[in-house]
Amino acid sequence: MTLEPAQRVQAVPPSGIRRFFEIAEERDDVISLGVGEPDFSTPWAARDAAIHSLEQGRTSYTANRGMRELREAIAGYVVDRFDLAYDPDEEIIVTAGASEAVDLAFRAFVDPGDTVAIAQPSYISYEPGVIFAGGEPLPVPTREADDFRLTVGALERAGAADADALVLCYPNNPTGAVMPAADLAPIADFAREHDLTVFSDEIYAELTYEGEHTSIATFEGMRERTVVFNGFSKAYAMTGLRLGYALAPADAITAMNRVHQYGMLSAPTTAQYAALEALDSCDDDVEEMVGQYDRRRQFVLSRFEEIGMPCFEAKGAFYVFPEVPAGWTAEEFAEELLYDQGVAVVPGDVFGESGTGHLRVSYATGLGDLREALSRIEAFLEDRV
Amino acid sequence: MSEREVLELLRENARYSTADIARMTDLEESEVEATIEELEAAGVLRGYQAVVDWDALEDERVRAEVELNVTLDRETSYGDIAERLARFPQVTSLRLVSGDYDFDMEVEGDSIREVSQFISEKVAPVPEITQTVTHYVMTSYKENGIELGDGDDDDRLSVSP
Repeated sequence: MTLEPAQRVQAVPPSGIRRFFEIAEERDDVISLGVGEPDFSTPWAARDAAIHSLEQGRTSYTANRGMRELREAIAGYVVDRFDLAYDPDEEIIVTAGASEAVDLAFRAFVDPGDTVAIAQPSYISYEPGVIFAGGEPLPVPTREADDFRLTVGALERAGAADADALVLCYPNNPTGAVMPAADLAPIADFAREHDLTVFSDEIYAELTYEGEHTSIATFEGMRERTVVFNGFSKAYAMTGLRLGYALAPADAITAMNRVHQYGMLSAPTTAQYAALEALDSCDDDVEEMVGQYDRRRQFVLSRFEEIGMPCFEAKGAFYVFPEVPAGWTAEEFAEELLYDQGVAVVPGDVFGESGTGHLRVSYATGLGDLREALSRIEAFLEDRV
Repeated sequence: MSEREVLELLRENARYSTADIARMTDLEESEVEATIEELEAAGVLRGYQAVVDWDALEDERVRAEVELNVTLDRETSYGDIAERLARFPQVTSLRLVSGDYDFDMEVEGDSIREVSQFISEKVAPVPEITQTVTHYVMTSYKENGIELGDGDDDDRLSVSP
């Protein structure tokens, strides 16, 4: 026995984002549009509640599934906002970020050899998570022609009818695509017809700028086959506090809790107090942040149009996904842009092959920096393209 | 509706160009310009001022919050007294408030001496004013919604998934 990594770990390459991070960190004049987290600080009321809980010495473990009061608050929130009715005692588990919840679900429901279809481009953790759980990821490419929405045609072409499970993330990282109810309905039909378990990562649900977010779990016959993931990182700007949750029927939460109780024990207690306060009193802060993102989104989309980089109209999360000019790969473009102009963006293929030829541009950055970054991109296009 | 949006953006940063405001909203640049002109003409938009942290400058700038109590008679209203006080350039804001005193007046000057002289020579002698209580501002932490501290540094990783 040596420290030779297990095969399933060796099977997963390091994240493609890492290299850009290293280049960007070397320079001090970089404006980064490569950041996947809010630029706002956690609302003060939530930070204050966390500090108060520390002062009172609330630093022990909580129940494995999270503080009951918090689960009740989550149950109230998800039913009000997204029409998702879950019982706080049996059907909700609080986790160390939505990322832990996703990992728990893969480990709780994926058997070795199971095929897990993943709508792509998407967040970089799903494929590795499936592999670590012993499953086989099946990328399901979405297309710009469909505004990067998942379609039944895409599922069929990828062979997802024979899969065991399906991972969705809408509003989407990296494209900013959303799935309105009318587009989700046929996906729900497909999942029922082919008996797929659905893992629905809805961490960006609050950041939906046109129309209302709909969860696939609200369609008939979907609740019993769906695990919904959400959390506080994006909507409440609490990334570093690491707090998320999963919603699923009682037996499913029991299974996830079995993995969680041996691995994590309980989510960070201080963060749970912050989250409780966030749900209790930070609606206005969320509204303010969402308003800011929306303005920046419109600003960035307008600027990409003006400088002649085609960019489909992203309606969620805090990303837009423009196309790189002909003759460039996304990686070359991103690298040269970083060296030439000091603007960091992430090549789209990092998020799956279907992201090829695109850049993920985050607008979780102040308007002043966005304005300057877009001017630099404009200069780059004039000089180099 | 567009008025509210334009006002919100100008309140956030009065130096946003009309082009940028148009980009952030569904409006055309010409519509933004027209909206601003209308708001100015209607007296909704009264001015555009910088938010200055005087402590960050070498020059001293003295500011005071002054509580004023007044007595009214048949011929004199709050409005009459306010109009008289507001004409002084030293007065930067003047509000009628509820509570223990009547007016809440902000005064600015180059020195404590100048501000004190102004209160004692121009304000206190006004016949309707029965009492003044002057509070000199020692440090300002927030002005017009802007915190004057060092602010939160962006300590996020420069590229993250």
